[in-house]
Amino acid sequence: MNKLLTVTLLSAALIAGTAQARDYDTVRFGVDVPYEPMEYRTPEGELTGFDIELGNALCAEMGIECEWIVQGWDGIIPGLMSRKYDAIMSSMTINEERREQVLFSDPYFTPPSAWFVPSDSNIDMPAKETLEGKNIGVQRGTLQDNYVSDMYGDVADINRYATADDMVLDMEAGRLDAVFLDFPVGKSTLLDSEDGNYKVVGSMITEPKSYFGDGFGIAFRKRDEDLASKFNEALATLKENGTYDQIFNKYFSNRK
Amino acid sequence: MEQLSAWFTNLLADNTIFNAQTLEYYAEGLATTVQLVFLSLVIGLVMAVPLAIARGSRRKWIKMPIFFYTYVFRGTPLLIQLYIIYYGVVFIDGIQDTWLWLILEEPFYPALIAFTLNTAAYTTEIFHGAIKATSKGEIEAARAYGMSRGLMMRRIILPSAFRRALPAYGNEVIFMLHASAIASVVTIMDLTGAARLVYARYYAPFDAFLFVALLYLCLTFAILYLFRYLEKRMLAHLKPQS
Repeated sequence: MNKLLTVTLLSAALIAGTAQARDYDTVRFGVDVPYEPMEYRTPEGELTGFDIELGNALCAEMGIECEWIVQGWDGIIPGLMSRKYDAIMSSMTINEERREQVLFSDPYFTPPSAWFVPSDSNIDMPAKETLEGKNIGVQRGTLQDNYVSDMYGDVADINRYATADDMVLDMEAGRLDAVFLDFPVGKSTLLDSEDGNYKVVGSMITEPKSYFGDGFGIAFRKRDEDLASKFNEALATLKENGTYDQIFNKYFSNRK
Repeated sequence: MEQLSAWFTNLLADNTIFNAQTLEYYAEGLATTVQLVFLSLVIGLVMAVPLAIARGSRRKWIKMPIFFYTYVFRGTPLLIQLYIIYYGVVFIDGIQDTWLWLILEEPFYPALIAFTLNTAAYTTEIFHGAIKATSKGEIEAARAYGMSRGLMMRRIILPSAFRRALPAYGNEVIFMLHASAIASVVTIMDLTGAARLVYARYYAPFDAFLFVALLYLCLTFAILYLFRYLEKRMLAHLKPQS
């Protein structure tokens, strides 16, 4: 038994040692759908979303082919290790535990939070002066809760809700002057709702990192350092030439 | 004992959860809980006395609506009642333009209304039971003295009924205190709300909830003590003579 183990380990070490970082003509991405608006299927069944469009744009920039392989979330890192695909682009938050297993690209996205107010609200800009004495809604225990509690807890009344639905209900009831919410959630529940009369004030908020985290990264196998750095270069180019903003605004614009 | 105190000092040494900020949350929560429970109990008690008397009326049109009220409020969970009063009323068209909205806008008052109506329903039934249990002999004696119904109620039935109801009412007060923990679902920062906030911020369920459980225990102890004192005073005549 012991012998078998040693042989297995040795051969595994050999294979790992000889495996070369190779050049990719096609990069296969693992992705877990649906997670709107990052990755989901259109009614026609086609994959789309922020991750998919950005991934395709990155590949186009690098002059290679992109393939998307759908994989459930709990098997998404094992799938990368077993070479079912070469990278993961699936709203994966960069953190230390994952960094031990995979190699992350530069963060390409931080989920933005935003201030939502009724259309006729006189709050034009979220700030201590404008929010003084107002009722602000947040979901209890979320990073938005921590952010608002620390920034505006001393001037505003913060109402904490168990679910986003309860909060939206109270916003419609007129009990809240503003809510601070994950932008996609706020967009689907407030901006896009049928009798909703709401708007976003201020810009998308993704800073400071101590509240909003490092954001999402593309995950690679650890030895594919070349591939990761190529993606980082391509990402920097897309951010410079405006392609990134174009895709960002398509999914995260505060226009209705 | 020494070990215990060393263990306790150690425990507090690397404690990051109970700082001035979180203790302030707990203090505010304690004040809110006591306020909410005390007010709802007092108003509920004031409502319950006439309701309990009317509940024992021989006239159906007086008796039935009160029975219906206590049946509904004792027959549904308090959480549902709170949801209906807090979220449900919003769906009444145009309520935001009436004076009622001034009361219903703040979460405190809908919670107070729900708690009051709930405890009033239970207290009505407790008192009704105590009134019904008045011994026939006392009533006959009162009649023999030529007392009117009102006088009899005031001098004979109610004083002894209140005494009989005291232990059961003490339980109702404690239940009310514990039921008030659901106030945090409508964004009220009561004791439980404070604990949930601390839990969510520090991911420390044990510390946050054990501490709040201790606070509830202290409150319960105070209520127990008060009722024990009252029972000693008011039910002294029932004790065996020494």
